[in-house]
Amino acid sequence: MDSSRRRILQLLGLSSLALTARPVFNAFAKEEHAEKPEAILKDSENALKAKQWALVIDTRQFESEEDLEPLMEVCNEVHNVPHLSEKRHEIKWIWGEPYHNAFPGKAARFLSEEVEHKPFLVLCNHCENPPCVRACPTQATFKRESDGIVLMDFHRCIGCRFCMAACPFGARSFNFRDPRPFIKEINEKFPTRMKGVVEKCNFCAERLAEGQLPACVEISEGKLTFGDLYDPESEVRELIRTHYTIRRKQTLGTEPSVYYIV
Amino acid sequence: MKDKKLIITGMIIFFVIVTFPFWYNRGKAAPQPDLILTTKAKTAKVCVRSTEYMRGEHMQLLDVWRDSVVRRGERIYVSPAGKEYNMSLTNTCLDCHSNKADFCDRCHNYASVRPYCWDCHIDNPKENS
Repeated sequence: MDSSRRRILQLLGLSSLALTARPVFNAFAKEEHAEKPEAILKDSENALKAKQWALVIDTRQFESEEDLEPLMEVCNEVHNVPHLSEKRHEIKWIWGEPYHNAFPGKAARFLSEEVEHKPFLVLCNHCENPPCVRACPTQATFKRESDGIVLMDFHRCIGCRFCMAACPFGARSFNFRDPRPFIKEINEKFPTRMKGVVEKCNFCAERLAEGQLPACVEISEGKLTFGDLYDPESEVRELIRTHYTIRRKQTLGTEPSVYYIV
Repeated sequence: MKDKKLIITGMIIFFVIVTFPFWYNRGKAAPQPDLILTTKAKTAKVCVRSTEYMRGEHMQLLDVWRDSVVRRGERIYVSPAGKEYNMSLTNTCLDCHSNKADFCDRCHNYASVRPYCWDCHIDNPKENS
């Protein structure tokens, strides 16, 4: 091909013309769709809002496994949590743990009989600095900006279980089996999970959106208190101010949002 | 070029095999699936958007819904017509379209798509109750 100066200049001119064509076409395309109104996405007006949700558990009011049972029961029902009797396959959102397991750094060699033998209610701590979120390669688990809940997007979870390794509280469970056959009674308003995803407590995000308190809090008759950690007037702050509280593995720096009155 | 015959025969056979699905199925196009609307869907008349939009873009709509609800906690959808909906596949879509087998599945089978929605979402909230 003859590559004279004239030819090259012609080509340059043509290509720059082609580059300007796209925005022009886009502008025309937009005009065509201009009359199509857009839908709006918003949150519900009666949704409960906070900067960082927190839970205060009054452990003095729980004496035995039976006291924890109704709270665990209601959570499992609401969220379609399967009951797998095999320990390796167990799915746990909220459960009881002995003191020396729940608070390993704080257990003395000899403990009071009462503390030694009663179970402590444990669940996801919805940490302010969550290590599971940093570990997740797909951002399937994330800390929701609007209210500080550490949530799971099951659609994105690839089941790598890095988050389970990262969580110092063992708050996450992996679905080694299809959970559906192991759900006692399916709550049709809430999805189940599938084999191969990790799940955990979601602080009842779906209930908060409708203006309801988490199911465990609602049924606890005041033994659990739920509120905004950053609202100095909130009930949880009042309890923390007036009682001695501890948190699980605080020294790790994950800043758990679940406080225990002991 | 002494293998000319062989090569040409081979090419013809190849061509016939490659185009086999096209001429074998000629004139036998599967009919467009016939969707059955539930009485509830019929009385409602309009979906969250126009039928045409829903037919073509419901997957994008559901994708937007899922990200909005799961990740940003925004659960209310105000349609261009000004009506508010709870963005929930299980509780809103399937409330009207409670006949998954005659509604969702018919088109999905026709188009040979296998959405994994139903691995977790309960396919029919009313069938059991």
